[in-house]
Amino acid sequence: MRLADRLHFARAAVTGAPWRSALSVLAMSIGVAAVVVLTALGDGARRYVVGQFSAIGTNLVIALPGRTGTGGFNPATAITSTPRDLTVDDAASLLRLPGVRRVAPLAVGTSEIAANGRLREVMVVGVSSSYVPMRNFELAQGQNLPDDDWNRAAPVALIGDKIREELFGPTPALGQLVRVGDRRLRIIGVLKPVGQGLGMNTDELVIVPVALAQALFNSNTLFRVLIEANSRPAIPEVRERVLQRLKERHRGEEDVTVITQDAVLATFDRLLGALTLAVGGIAAISLAVAGILVMNVMLVAVTQRTGEIGLLKALGAPARTIRRLFLSEAAMLSALGALLGYLLGQAGAFLLRQLFPVFPAYAPDWAVFAALATALLTGLLFGVLPARRAARLDPVEALMKH
Amino acid sequence: MPLIELQQIERRFQLGDTTVNALAGLNLRIDAGEYVAVMGPSGSGKSTLLNLLGLLDRPQSGTYRLENRDVTTLTVDEQAAVRSARIGFVFQSFHLVPRLSAAENIALPMTLAGIAPAERKARVAEALAAFGLSQRADHRPDQLSGGQRQRVAIARATIMRPALLLADEPTGNLDRHTGEEVVDLLEGLNAQGVTLVVVTHDPAMGARARRQLVMEDGRLKYDSLASDAGDAPR
Repeated sequence: MRLADRLHFARAAVTGAPWRSALSVLAMSIGVAAVVVLTALGDGARRYVVGQFSAIGTNLVIALPGRTGTGGFNPATAITSTPRDLTVDDAASLLRLPGVRRVAPLAVGTSEIAANGRLREVMVVGVSSSYVPMRNFELAQGQNLPDDDWNRAAPVALIGDKIREELFGPTPALGQLVRVGDRRLRIIGVLKPVGQGLGMNTDELVIVPVALAQALFNSNTLFRVLIEANSRPAIPEVRERVLQRLKERHRGEEDVTVITQDAVLATFDRLLGALTLAVGGIAAISLAVAGILVMNVMLVAVTQRTGEIGLLKALGAPARTIRRLFLSEAAMLSALGALLGYLLGQAGAFLLRQLFPVFPAYAPDWAVFAALATALLTGLLFGVLPARRAARLDPVEALMKH
Repeated sequence: MPLIELQQIERRFQLGDTTVNALAGLNLRIDAGEYVAVMGPSGSGKSTLLNLLGLLDRPQSGTYRLENRDVTTLTVDEQAAVRSARIGFVFQSFHLVPRLSAAENIALPMTLAGIAPAERKARVAEALAAFGLSQRADHRPDQLSGGQRQRVAIARATIMRPALLLADEPTGNLDRHTGEEVVDLLEGLNAQGVTLVVVTHDPAMGARARRQLVMEDGRLKYDSLASDAGDAPR
């Protein structure tokens, strides 16, 4: 039998039982669409986090107190607190290292901010003036923190756009006095709205001189020291030098952790890449389910068309032809399902992007390819059993069932 | 010239504990161009005989020679090839593929045999005209009358120009008038040289054949050719 004739025959069989065909096409398409949408979500999350992490600055090396890995919580640090503080002077000493462009000490805590009779909880970040350009923040009004001695606690503050909105509304905020903790500070600048940035909502920050923050929280240690290298290739040596310098200053004890933005980025990338793969794998189970459904539908077709199979045999069709006819039908059903699922999945990803514009929900090419290939393969694989059953029917018995 | 030669054909079925002898020691010779009616009560083995002649079934022992070739030893696929080229079937319940048009149903044996579409088209058009179905080419079986359906089935059975046409109760599902038309059609084909074997319950139809076979318990009880002096079947 010619290929074109076989496809024609299979197509007639598919359209001849529209409900049965629609059901298996639907199942297959839901499977493929699930893979496309879920991997789009997973990969979107990866892109989102990577993008957010890149947004904290470029060529950054980050020093943090204690010998924790990049992995986060280490049980040792819970019992033995950091032996030596990471101080503002430590941070200042890094300024003179070769390859270092800028350094920003970072002390973080929560406090209250009050003005105009309104009060709210805020995250207070104590930094130097270099912090704002390093994080690529821009000022909507006013000016940056004064560029003076890091140990001087000038009573000034920059506030995020949302804080300004909540405390002052339409009235000008610049030059106003606010109370932060037990201090009275003058607002000298307002940040432009930027949105989310790695768990810290920049629009809800209050930025003050680092010495002021340390006094406010009664602490000498820094939360982080951000170091910006001159160039990307300089990052590893800068990291090495920072570690060396801090070790020297801490009497040879390596009690700080120095990580690079690249390394953190790569970790996130790997982690979320694996997540996407896992989610895609879970969605692929639905493809297997769809494959079983196609098999079921084809088995029903074989049962319902037993008489027809007997006829084809009587008309001289060899077993091979009958097997191929039913395989073609299964392949056609799964191909249709895969195509429809692909379109559905892309439409779903498009909808996600429309609903959450910040979230880059694009299904990765490998996932789309894998979903389509798996759909076709499972369809064929699960089509083999019904096709063989059809080909093995005894013609005399088959002809009696009509 | 013999078309069919059956020698000592045995066909037994296992039904639970009992063995049924559907065909027992059957010897039969049918010449090319004959018109044979096979009659007998239900369970006499006439359907088994027809399936055997059509290579849909195999005997446990004995030989079946079709056109001087032993076809009992052929593989399943080789038998399928013989069916495709040399044997046509007409069934009581027509056995048309419901989703295909009349023309596509007639073309089905050629499609399965891989004959080129252009030739198929020409031969189907010829057959449609010959069977008075030209106006019905694009109709699906459920849009055809019983007589038209059986004409489509006969056109399909003869489209490969077989040597042997096997009809199993071809008029069983038709009223008297359309049944006669179908029989006329089959007899016309026989007149053109096709060997016709009809299984029937209908004595009137059986009487029209040039040769009558009556079967009972898997054996030939009566052959009008062998015993001209014997009892004529009622």
